[in-house]
Amino acid sequence: MTDSQHWVQICALTDIPPQGSRVVERASGNVAVFRTHDDKVFALLDRCPHKGGPLSQGIVHGESVTCPLHSWNIDLATGAARAPDEGCARHFPVKLEHGMVLLGL
Amino acid sequence: MVHLGDWLLDRQLDDVAGGLLRRALEERGIGFLLGKQTAAILDDGQGGVAGVRFSDGEQVDAQLVVMAVGIRPNTALAESCGLHCERGIVVSDALQTYDPRVYAVGECVSHRGVAYGLVAPLFEQAKVCANHLAQLGIGRYQGSVLSTKLKVTGIDLFSAGDFMGGEGMEDIVLSDPAGGVYKKLVIKDDKLAGVCLYGDTADGAWYFKLLREGRSVADLRDTLMFGESAIGDAGVQGQSKAACMQDSDEVCGCNGVCKGSIVKAIKDKGLFTLDEVKKHTKAASSCGSCSGLVEQILMSVVGTDFQETPKTKAVCGCTERSHGEVRKAIREQHLLTHAEVFHFLEWRTPNGCATCRPAINYYLLSSWPHEAVDDPQSRFVNERVHANIQKDGTFSVIPQMKGGVTTASELRRIADVADKYQVPMVKVTGGQRIDLLGVKKEDLVNVWQDLGMQSGHAYGKSIRTVKTCVGSEFCRFGTQNSTQMGIDLETMLANMWSPHKVKLAVSGCPRNCAEAGIKDVGVIAVDSGWELYVGGNGGIKTEVAQFLCKVKTAEEVKEYSGAFLQLYREEAYYLDRTVHYIARVGLDVIKARVVTDAASRQALYQRLLFSLQGLPDPWAARIAGAQKNEFIPIKLEA
Repeated sequence: MTDSQHWVQICALTDIPPQGSRVVERASGNVAVFRTHDDKVFALLDRCPHKGGPLSQGIVHGESVTCPLHSWNIDLATGAARAPDEGCARHFPVKLEHGMVLLGL
Repeated sequence: MVHLGDWLLDRQLDDVAGGLLRRALEERGIGFLLGKQTAAILDDGQGGVAGVRFSDGEQVDAQLVVMAVGIRPNTALAESCGLHCERGIVVSDALQTYDPRVYAVGECVSHRGVAYGLVAPLFEQAKVCANHLAQLGIGRYQGSVLSTKLKVTGIDLFSAGDFMGGEGMEDIVLSDPAGGVYKKLVIKDDKLAGVCLYGDTADGAWYFKLLREGRSVADLRDTLMFGESAIGDAGVQGQSKAACMQDSDEVCGCNGVCKGSIVKAIKDKGLFTLDEVKKHTKAASSCGSCSGLVEQILMSVVGTDFQETPKTKAVCGCTERSHGEVRKAIREQHLLTHAEVFHFLEWRTPNGCATCRPAINYYLLSSWPHEAVDDPQSRFVNERVHANIQKDGTFSVIPQMKGGVTTASELRRIADVADKYQVPMVKVTGGQRIDLLGVKKEDLVNVWQDLGMQSGHAYGKSIRTVKTCVGSEFCRFGTQNSTQMGIDLETMLANMWSPHKVKLAVSGCPRNCAEAGIKDVGVIAVDSGWELYVGGNGGIKTEVAQFLCKVKTAEEVKEYSGAFLQLYREEAYYLDRTVHYIARVGLDVIKARVVTDAASRQALYQRLLFSLQGLPDPWAARIAGAQKNEFIPIKLEA
């Protein structure tokens, strides 16, 4: 954790549906927080590198999300588009503590 | 030029086309000796060549001899291991040699007596072989149908299948020797069995497709010879001849992909299948109407290496199973959840992907109504939040307006909502509805509540609209009350999920103001009753609905159209419109089960009514608190 980064508690894990997401509103761009089928959490800037689609609205499968606009597949851990598409969404650190989700901003 | 065969390219062309090629080449100054087997190359006594002697004793003088030979399987290793070899290493349909521990693929094998010297059959063999090595055991290699595409000094040649014809086969021939065009189609049992094209090969890919699919060409017979464009099925803007297109010509109108980009991607990235081209170039990946054209380009670039899209396609990369197999397993094994499907059918991924999950969700719900539980996370966002996502992430809201009929009170509420939520655009849709565009997701539930109307389902693979004209209530030409008929149909079908969207229309007379001829179910009133049409489509490719039957009463309209839609719901694959479904099974099958067989029709109709019984309006459910979190963003405290 760098000096400029701080952890913000955003919600309980159970507030996010499995294989689903929640949107965290932020002045400098919303963040999509995802929960996978095996209860891992990930956070990405809620903008697809392709045409800015809201990734939070996509279908979550494995550790990927499919953008609702043009079906790009984005890796949840890195934000990178799955081949053959090219591009990257910014990812944020996120962790689970006592059932609560903390986002590193 | 000396050749053993009786005509040139005797493996690739028939005798007539071979003769045309020979004459064309002779005009360029090349001489031919055909049917000649070389017996010896003659010595000039000074270490050089003097000539060639043939097996019939004839001789020709020569200063230089160039020999071209084909490939022969190298079976030495296999034979030394004791494996049975003929022209190549003999393998079964599982690519197993006579020693079941040893598999073989490629040019070295002999499968059902054929040794292939091309890469496309090798790919098909490798897929089956890999499947068996992975102990999945479901693939079977049944041989490859090959096509040959050649350009010999500027003359285009194409052949595939059994183009020589013979007993039990018929030929259709177009011969224009002066114009340098010759085409021969060989037909057996109403199916295309072989094709040989000389000079004009533009339709080679199409003929090859018909040949591989083994579909009946009886209905195309009159125009078959004149190619794909003659049957009016030529893809966008009549550009059927992929080879004639300029590199700058647009192929995919959705994603703006030109022929040049597709050709470049195929060459640079070594693509062989339509799916690969879709992924890399995005051509044909949106609406899909240019798939045929993209396939033609692929074929013209890679020629014989081209890999035809398999007939029974896997649902997605997570499985080998086709849509039909998945649905069958769900029905026969009484599977009720995604997890059960993934487990039973041995999915490769832990929880599927964005392609298979919505399909499975539909198959579960339609196979086991009131038993299988809907999985919102396996639905595309539109069906999860019951609104239609727009390019900027806002949504459009279309309230239900049965038969396109509304009231002053509803219009006032719509206007008030538009003001209150500062809706950027209010628009009348093509389906006789009012669309509120640009609504924020967090406002959706409040908008629905303020509207006090039901969901118009304008976002789902579901019943969309029933468009009507004013009919006998007001119109001086109207023969029946089409408006009420439309309202009744829409009431009956409310909340119906289906393989793809379903649109209906009811017109009050044959003038057909509701455009029933391009709807999934079109109803046209006549003085003596109602005519029913099915399988129309006004979208990607305009399709005129086909006549199903004529009925007398409004109750029969509901029963027959309900039965047809239930048949479609039970049998069409996910994302097939009614037109695609009918094309797959044939209208006769539909007529037999919906029109002729009364018991079958009533059973279908009852199953439809049972499926739809008690389904809640999704907007009302969410106003009452269902999936609340979905609509509430998390705010960061300052």
